[in-house]
Amino acid sequence: MKLVIGLDGHGSGDHALTFAKELAAKTTDCELIVVYVIEWSPFSFQTAEENAERHKRREEEINIAMERVVNPAVASLTEAGLKARAIVRHGDVADTIDAIAHKEGASQIIVARNSSGGLTSRLFGSSTANLVMNARVPVTVVA
Amino acid sequence: MKKLFSTFLAMMTVFALAIPAQAQDAAQSLDARVNEAFASFTGPFVSFIFAPIPGTSFPWIVMWLVIGATVFTVYFAAVQFRFFGHAIGLVKGDYSDPDDAGEVSHFQALATALSGTVGLGNIAGVAVAVGIGGPGATFWMILAGLLGMASKFTECTLGVKYRNEYPDGTVSGGPMYYISKGFDELGLPGGKILAVLFSVFCILGALGGGNMFQANQAHAQITQITGDFPGWITGLVFATVVFAVIVGGIKSIAKVTEKVVPFMGIMYVGAALIVLIVNFDMIGWAFGQIFAGAFTGLGVAGGFVGALIQGFKRAAFSNEAGVGSAAIAHSAVKTKEPITEGFVSLLEPLIDTVVICTMTALVIIISQQLIIDQASGNYMLNEAGTAIATVDGNTGVALTSAAFGSAISWFPFVLAIAVILFAFSTMISWSYYGLKAWTYLFGEGKTTELIFKVIFCVFIVIGAAASLGPVIDFSDAAIFAMAVVNIFCLYFLMKVVRVELNSYSARLKAGEIKKFNH
Repeated sequence: MKLVIGLDGHGSGDHALTFAKELAAKTTDCELIVVYVIEWSPFSFQTAEENAERHKRREEEINIAMERVVNPAVASLTEAGLKARAIVRHGDVADTIDAIAHKEGASQIIVARNSSGGLTSRLFGSSTANLVMNARVPVTVVA
Repeated sequence: MKKLFSTFLAMMTVFALAIPAQAQDAAQSLDARVNEAFASFTGPFVSFIFAPIPGTSFPWIVMWLVIGATVFTVYFAAVQFRFFGHAIGLVKGDYSDPDDAGEVSHFQALATALSGTVGLGNIAGVAVAVGIGGPGATFWMILAGLLGMASKFTECTLGVKYRNEYPDGTVSGGPMYYISKGFDELGLPGGKILAVLFSVFCILGALGGGNMFQANQAHAQITQITGDFPGWITGLVFATVVFAVIVGGIKSIAKVTEKVVPFMGIMYVGAALIVLIVNFDMIGWAFGQIFAGAFTGLGVAGGFVGALIQGFKRAAFSNEAGVGSAAIAHSAVKTKEPITEGFVSLLEPLIDTVVICTMTALVIIISQQLIIDQASGNYMLNEAGTAIATVDGNTGVALTSAAFGSAISWFPFVLAIAVILFAFSTMISWSYYGLKAWTYLFGEGKTTELIFKVIFCVFIVIGAAASLGPVIDFSDAAIFAMAVVNIFCLYFLMKVVRVELNSYSARLKAGEIKKFNH
């Protein structure tokens, strides 16, 4: 069984992680895939200078996400004796998590309840809400 | 950096305080002195670039650009039409590998290049073309835009193919790189010298069309609304803001501009469409004027040749096809196939010239700002006989503003904001192009870069203070000088592009290049 855990770098992600740990402990041969998506759109506007430095920035962004969010999560899972690996991607959060889960053949996506509110999420819906509505794989939202 | 910025501000303030104390007249005469000195300094260079072909009144440089664009169109068998649909697919991201997410997309490279070209050329430049060459200039402008798509395709493919990718992950590309590396690869002599020559002209182009012309027309637009005041004041404000962005590293200003400019562009086209829809009964007449003017001139100075020269000149100035500047902007894209960026870039002259410039021209023609002699049906010339007489004697951006204003009374205010933002974003883009050429010549380094950036800001003040005539002459001349070197080199390098094109189109037909399922 494969489980995809979507993290957003906030504290609430720990709840998702704990939930996944408990679920995985109940089954044998479960692989956990920790996913962190860096919000990015191929249709945004950038200056020429930003474009020239984009590759470098992308590497930096991936490294930071690995160091601060993903690696500690994977470490805590492996310490608990579970099989875990990490994926960091750029893109739309909901679309990307769904695409990874679909590609990996995961049986479930586990995400935390979206912690940030505000006008943007009211207007466009939070990433979690978008994921729940559009995912091709069952989604568990952990409170 | 902060200290540097405050020093610059202090210097500028002292400069500003020292002069207004002497009242308006003295300030106006400062503008006049700047203008005079500038015109006499740049005169010989301008005369050389615009020298007519012996025995005609046709500037050789215009012929040079058109022949270049035609040769590329024929050599690549109308690539701009054959691969148009594929170009759209690439921009939409159909062929982008999801694993490359976060890198510069085709759309982003195109949008960045467009923000450097869409701007005053489309608003003021077209008004200059139609004001001098009459509606017929529009026809030649569209033709030049369509042909120019092939020039853009050639240079942008090479820009990506021969770019420098540094160990730290940054990239530098553009004609100076493809000229020197490409010539070396083909075993041709003189690549280095030509690359240096291009870089020199690119710096002049950045200071001229990419800077002075923008500052000048932004000032013209502001005075249209506020009433007359000395140009150097506008220049100083612009210089300070540009300085804050390119030296002070205040990226937030540039970021805001980059986000607002596309909306301004859409709004501009939207407003033009409204004017056209309101006057839909006149669209047929306007196209009639465009076609009649294209082949007869309808009484403009220089007849139909005058219309043709203006159309070609302003198209080249607006979409920069063959100039080489876009190759610098497009070279940052993430792709394994340089030719894909060539396909994407050919959309640039289409959007810039065939769509936006034509919109401006139609609005000017339909608003009937250009005075027609009712008896002959021809356009009436102004007193000097150099341009068509307009209702309020407007030229350049003021003519466009008046044309829009005649249909939507409040639009000149929106246009003023658009012009300022367009001018600003074009300046930021060109400061980067100029800087790339500068560092190619003098090497990368904080001090060398700073010297260029300061020079760039000084020229903003000069550009705003000088009058349109000398500024536009120098701007055109500098940008066209880039095209002289660039197109010359493209003739030698186009076979490299053809190899890429043949290989890619064979693989595309064979189904080896597939769309990704997103």
